[in-house]
Amino acid sequence: MFKITKKKILAQSIKLIEVLAPEIATKGQAGQFVILRIDENGERIPLTLADFNRQEGTITLIYQEVGRTTAELGRLEPGDYILDLVGPLGKPSEIEKYGTVICVGGGVGVAPIYPITRALSGADNHIISIIGARSNKHLILAEEMETVSEKLYIATDDGTEGQKGFVTDILKQLIDSKMQIDLVVAIGPLVMMKAVSQLTRPYNIKTIVSLNPIMVDGTGMCGACRVAVGQETKFACVDGPEFDGHQVNWSVAEIRARMFAEEEQLAMKGCNSGGDCHCQK
Amino acid sequence: MSEVNEKVKKVRPNRQPMPIQDAHDRIRNFNEVAIGYSEEQALLEASRCLDCKKPLCIDGCPVDVDIPGFIKLITQKEYQQAINKIKEKNNLPAICGRVCPQESQCEKLCILGKKALPVAIGRLERFVADWDLANGHNQAEKAAASGKKIAVVGSGPSGLTAAADLAKLGHEVTVMEALHIPGGVMVYGIPEFRLPKSIVQHEIKNIQNLGVKIACNQVVGKINTVDELLERGYDAVFIGTGAGLPYFMDIPGENLNGVYSANEFLTRVNLMKAYQFPQYLTPVRIGKRVAVIGAGNVAMDSARTPLRLGTEESYIVYRRSENEMPARLEEIEHAREEGVQFKLLTSPIEIIGDENGWVKGMICQQYELGEPDESGRRRPIPIKGSEYELQVDTIIMAIGQGPNPLVPQTTPDLQINSHGNIVAEENTGLTSKPGVFAGGDIVTGAATVIQAMGAGKKAANAIHKYLTEKSG
Ligand SMILES: Cc1cc2nc3c(=O)[nH]c(=O)nc-3n(C[C@H](O)[C@H](O)[C@H](O)COP(=O)(O)OP(=O)(O)OC[C@H]3O[C@@H](n4cnc5c(N)ncnc54)[C@H](O)[C@@H]3O)c2cc1C
Ligand code: FES
Repeated sequence: MFKITKKKILAQSIKLIEVLAPEIATKGQAGQFVILRIDENGERIPLTLADFNRQEGTITLIYQEVGRTTAELGRLEPGDYILDLVGPLGKPSEIEKYGTVICVGGGVGVAPIYPITRALSGADNHIISIIGARSNKHLILAEEMETVSEKLYIATDDGTEGQKGFVTDILKQLIDSKMQIDLVVAIGPLVMMKAVSQLTRPYNIKTIVSLNPIMVDGTGMCGACRVAVGQETKFACVDGPEFDGHQVNWSVAEIRARMFAEEEQLAMKGCNSGGDCHCQK
Repeated sequence: MSEVNEKVKKVRPNRQPMPIQDAHDRIRNFNEVAIGYSEEQALLEASRCLDCKKPLCIDGCPVDVDIPGFIKLITQKEYQQAINKIKEKNNLPAICGRVCPQESQCEKLCILGKKALPVAIGRLERFVADWDLANGHNQAEKAAASGKKIAVVGSGPSGLTAAADLAKLGHEVTVMEALHIPGGVMVYGIPEFRLPKSIVQHEIKNIQNLGVKIACNQVVGKINTVDELLERGYDAVFIGTGAGLPYFMDIPGENLNGVYSANEFLTRVNLMKAYQFPQYLTPVRIGKRVAVIGAGNVAMDSARTPLRLGTEESYIVYRRSENEMPARLEEIEHAREEGVQFKLLTSPIEIIGDENGWVKGMICQQYELGEPDESGRRRPIPIKGSEYELQVDTIIMAIGQGPNPLVPQTTPDLQINSHGNIVAEENTGLTSKPGVFAGGDIVTGAATVIQAMGAGKKAANAIHKYLTEKSG
């Protein structure tokens, strides 16, 4: 049993929890994830580590209420428990001195990009960050990202904060300005990561993305998380979750993400989270 | 031999059939297919045993159970003693009685089998084990505390057996398991209708009663490495992490929606209880026409489960012929009775998808058998121009599993072979790393419950010896 010690609503349908898990907090590194199961009837879902506090023995998870399990998670309060939590899983990000790095986060993807940005900044990189969301109501961690970046750009679809448009619009402007870019790290919805990868490919800018396919065990046992990268099939839970964005087969990733779309709808029918999660739409 | 022949001539009851749920009914539920012998049947069956002077059946048992010994005790209705006799060698009789491939082990060597059908040793083992679950009282004896700590990685049959034996020898044992429930393949792979999970739980409870601690949600190599365990005060480590890495065929279309590994499909259904979706939140999507590639136990389980989830057609697609199918005989028979269709000497070469990325069919090629290959089985040779399309909407790959690499990858001085299996001495489980032992599927490649158990037993003895010598 893992106790929730803190909870914060970051934006519309995006919540943050801190969970007491000292072993995972000690071992966890940027880029890794955990798998949790809320209760006996629950499913196992992966969530990327948004942060870890080694002193207090807590990990931070940030999630968007998009389905039944995240909606249920959203109803838990400090003092409540999560039945099962396993991690840290997956390979950590490769943190080294690359030079100028652009960190791109979209939607709830800003959460996992934050510890990576912080670690890259700690490794003496010149960090430019671009974060985006549908509107200012959906934007998270802008302040935190600001503190670990030399320059932070914001894009919202409706222009309620920062530049109106997509994160890729800003990335394009930076590329067009002919500045030296040594690495791009992008985490967010599949369409965003795909767009970033397509944008950087002609310029040969190394681009790392973090994939979050459907998972079950997270130990390489089931192959549910398989992704096509280059000529190979990889298991994202053990070989990833980070991959070279130019090698990822995006259409396979998009198709596989929809594998249980109908069942997810069915599961939501039994959900009564109060509608904060938009799942019924 | 003459004495034996003499005995066979006596009037002997026929081999008692196993009472089973009718095929028509059972494909609508997940209850156990084989119901188990009644006492009367067990007594009749036990009376068939010749109690040979040199019992060959024992040679066929990977853990040397005194088979005629326990059967004789059944004939005397001494069931408690019978189960004690089995447990001298086998810690998990209720499980082995259900899932061991007896026809290629003990029963294969039974003398009766030369003239008639062999004694149903597995069914008798199950009978006494079930008697024990209902009526037995076990207080396994435990040696005085040794003060030694042992970490067991993985809670499949090898790990659980090693843990139980080491606890009996007085050691403090902690089992670390990656999943949220212990039991390994016995809980995530083998379906409820073949091995009820309550039985596995019961056996695990017994092991916990010996003082064994089981820590779930611990992926060794990620949270702690083997080296860290040794540094943190464990005197020895046993690795029983199994063959959990599913193989795919590497053919076009394998990443389409509707293609599962057997592990994924069975884990969803068994471990996560997807057959009770949406009360249990893990979904499983199974279409109307399912093809399972392979013909081992895993494949039979994968073909029989969809029928219980409402599939209309379930096919086993296998490259070789009936004779080479590696599954237990009983599973093949049960699969047939339930309506599983066998497409033998057939293998897919491509999977075809619809415009939304879902499987809609599979191009199959037909084969004929040629000369024997390295495995001694006749090699399947593709027949030119034999390709045809089989319309299916779900495909389950059950062509084998490799060793899980997480522990070997994070333990640099642990020697592995070219397949990725940990190299360990057969009789002790000793690896290239001092204090580290291994056994079960991670060493042998995918094998059987009883072999994994046997390896756990041998390693427990060797670990005990290692610790005693080290401190002595
Ligand atoms: C579907 C199916 C049906 C089968 N049917 C039969 C049958 O009828 N009869 C028969 O005899 N055999 C059968 N087998 C084979 C048999 O189940 C295996 O040979 C046996 O379970 C192997 O035991 P093991 O202890 O080596 O490993 P496993 O049972 O595989 O257990 C290994 C355990 O280790 C855990 N683990 C892995 N990595 C780590 C890590 N890094 N840290 C912590 N834990 C870890 C795993 O989660 C797992 O729980 C079947 C197998 C399958 C998949
Ligand atoms: S989630 Fe099962 S192998 Fe990756």
